[in-house]
Amino acid sequence: MSAYHDLVIIGGGPAGLAAAISAREAGLTDILILERDTALGGILNQCIHNGFGLHTFKEELTGPEYADRYIRKVVELGIPYKLSTIVADISKDREILYVNPEEGAVPIRAGAVILAMGCRERPRGALGLPGYRPAGIYTAGTAQRLMNIEGKKVGKEVVILGSGDIGLIMARRMTLEGAHVQVVAELLPFSGGLKRNIVQCLDDYGIPLKLSHTVTCIHGKERVTGVTISEVGPDRRPVPGTETEYACDTLLLSCGLLPENELSKNASVPLSPVTGGPEVDDRLQTAVPGIFACGNVLHVHDLVDFVSGEAELAGRNAVEYLRGNGGSGTEIPVLAQNGVRYTVPQRVHAGVTEGTVTVRFRVGDVYKNKCLCVYAGDRNIRRIRKRILVPGEMGEVILKCEDYANLSAGQTVRVTLED
Amino acid sequence: MDKSYDVCVIGAGVTGSAVARELTKYNLSVCVLEKEEDVCSGTSKANSGIAHAGFDPVPGSRMAELNVRGAELIRSLHKELDFPYRQNGALVLCFAEEDKPSLQALYERGVRNGVKELKILSGEEARALEPALSDQVVAALYAPTSGIVCPFGMTIAFAENAADNGADFYFLSPVKNVKKEKDGYAVRTPDHTFRVRAVVNAAGLYADRIHAMVSSEPLTVTPRRGEYILMDREVGDTVNATIFQLPGKQGKGVLVTPTVHGNLMVGPSADDIGDKEDTETTYAGMAGIREKARLSVPGVPLNRMITSFSGLRAHGTTGDFVLGQPADAPGFFNVAAIESPGLTSAPAIGEWTAREIAGYTGASENRNFNGSRKGIPHVAEMAPAERAALIASRPDYGRIVCRCENVSEGEIRDAIRRTLGARSLDGVKRRVRQGMGRCQAGFCTPGAIAILAEELGIPEEQVTKNRPGSELLVREDEI
Repeated sequence: MSAYHDLVIIGGGPAGLAAAISAREAGLTDILILERDTALGGILNQCIHNGFGLHTFKEELTGPEYADRYIRKVVELGIPYKLSTIVADISKDREILYVNPEEGAVPIRAGAVILAMGCRERPRGALGLPGYRPAGIYTAGTAQRLMNIEGKKVGKEVVILGSGDIGLIMARRMTLEGAHVQVVAELLPFSGGLKRNIVQCLDDYGIPLKLSHTVTCIHGKERVTGVTISEVGPDRRPVPGTETEYACDTLLLSCGLLPENELSKNASVPLSPVTGGPEVDDRLQTAVPGIFACGNVLHVHDLVDFVSGEAELAGRNAVEYLRGNGGSGTEIPVLAQNGVRYTVPQRVHAGVTEGTVTVRFRVGDVYKNKCLCVYAGDRNIRRIRKRILVPGEMGEVILKCEDYANLSAGQTVRVTLED
Repeated sequence: MDKSYDVCVIGAGVTGSAVARELTKYNLSVCVLEKEEDVCSGTSKANSGIAHAGFDPVPGSRMAELNVRGAELIRSLHKELDFPYRQNGALVLCFAEEDKPSLQALYERGVRNGVKELKILSGEEARALEPALSDQVVAALYAPTSGIVCPFGMTIAFAENAADNGADFYFLSPVKNVKKEKDGYAVRTPDHTFRVRAVVNAAGLYADRIHAMVSSEPLTVTPRRGEYILMDREVGDTVNATIFQLPGKQGKGVLVTPTVHGNLMVGPSADDIGDKEDTETTYAGMAGIREKARLSVPGVPLNRMITSFSGLRAHGTTGDFVLGQPADAPGFFNVAAIESPGLTSAPAIGEWTAREIAGYTGASENRNFNGSRKGIPHVAEMAPAERAALIASRPDYGRIVCRCENVSEGEIRDAIRRTLGARSLDGVKRRVRQGMGRCQAGFCTPGAIAILAEELGIPEEQVTKNRPGSELLVREDEI
């Protein structure tokens, strides 16, 4: 008979750590964290820049410092974890197979599972960028790992495609390490990164950001020798005649993050086509009972602070589930409408009169002077004027459970934009 | 430095490797010269990976004969040499009533070529077999004997087994000159001169240049570029069979196929170009194959694309393979213009060419030839108990480096340590699929670079993606 644990957390990054701590603080003893890397902390370990923790700790930390606070707590609380351990499979009945060099391939069972595997970067191939396939094309996160963890240099003359936060951070990082970042090109007419990163990582170093531009050819048979950048029209297709050649040896890509849910699919967890993550209810439980999700595997966050908060909720709810307080009430779908691309959670429970639920969302375009409105059935329960809403910044709206407690099956909560 | 062999094979692609392996079945000393750092670095690495049934080539041609024989050989060789192959069948789609005679002609051609089990299906029958097919399909030729093969796996298996049977491989050894001498040929590379009794010209796209060094007979090889789009394994079961369109002027048209590793692939385009190294992908090329693929399978999930690539076929002018000795160059054996169905035909071309050379040199059979070979274990595909036992003996099989394809550190080390082991990141990738998955080496590149550096005893900054000049990192002092 395989070993059993009350709660198995897949991933020892910021989400997994915070979930483990909150579960322990809620009184659960038998917890196991499985981490594939050689250290806890996840992607934070390579994020050596500052700007983490402003919400959680009211101070500005680097990524490793932020992770360290959680790692210390995990150690202090004596929560067991396994490193260099990859989860090879998980079933909907929460049977897990993990693999590591010391133990081999080990099947275990779990009372509850929290998915906290994070996300991956969209590679060149998935972008369909034409040209050769030389060395010197890196996703921004791979370059960040090579520089900040392995202590290596990836290139001297750099062009960056995509203005996601990691790309912006890497523009500054590579500049500080002596490389020359010529330009950041962004396909969309707006940046996918945080405003503060555009200011601190590009503007402060005189690195131009070209919106509505993309790479239309990669040159070089062995190592990158240059790229062609073209302007794109409103249809996002390159406009002939606008080609500019950049001689460079490195192309960094920061073109989006994708929640990494291959394991979730093994467990038959339904995923949202919009977020790429599991569809969850207000307890962050997926449609498979006993399997919860939080952090970037659920939906891609801008700030780790929000990951931590979300993970704490998942940890507490997993403990409630193990205690048989899985919750009751009618499931009400939360619909994202009229410019709102998605919400997390995608379902809430009616019938509860106490407490609040934080609904996080993103918009699909830049909106100015709009009202974010929430309807419970036909009744407007929230109306918040927003000066500006951008796709690169996650929004949130806190709902009082009592406001939608009276809804019955067939009714919905709607999150929408109005004038 | 001078070196002496009975036979020199120029080119370590699939054909050169197959010929080399077949040559080691005779008592002949064999060297293989390859300009790149690894085997399978040209046309052999970027193609459809189909083991064609053999209904397409013109009856009576060398292509027809060797395709059918090659397909038959692959069906047994894949077990003997442990490379991935699956007989998944193929359908050739006909979209218009007026094209049905062409489909019938193709059927008859196949029958004349000796292809077994061919059948003409109605549109409904085809859709019953492959529900993803378009409603526009009015008929289809079904070839159950068609298969899919890993072109890297097959080439590497041939080369490795040739080396294990005594063939010497020389990498980064471009042939600069071939000269007729009294008792054979002198083949010159930057490092050596090889004095040999016979030469095999398996130089792929460059076969015309090598040929011209010794013969005045005309031979032209034109690079015909084919672009492909590869999709995530999760959509690999969109179709089960390989879906062709009725052939037109520019070859077999666009196919939609699962790969033997479970991805979905569409392509190729067909553009004759001048540059023998021009493996660019283009907007137009990719747009073209997308559009054509949708004709066969309207719902082809192109949004699940994980990479695109292009390969250059060695397109000849005669419509057939160019095989054997030119009249003015005895002992010089061409295996040239090996375009589709070249991959399928390779083992048969090897068999035929080696027999010819054995006759030419009077070589006897090598009784010590060992034709079987075991590939690198794919740990993730093992049952948990078997996997645990292996990890107990070698813990590095338990450390996953490439999480998309589940490739362990042990497998990567094996890829480097084996006979003709990998010398580059692409070499590792072609042997164990590290970096072939949906993140396209985003997570595993740092780990693979470190392992390569350690195994090869070089600084990480010298680790290359493929040939020299493709270094992945830059030195500290370069900035």
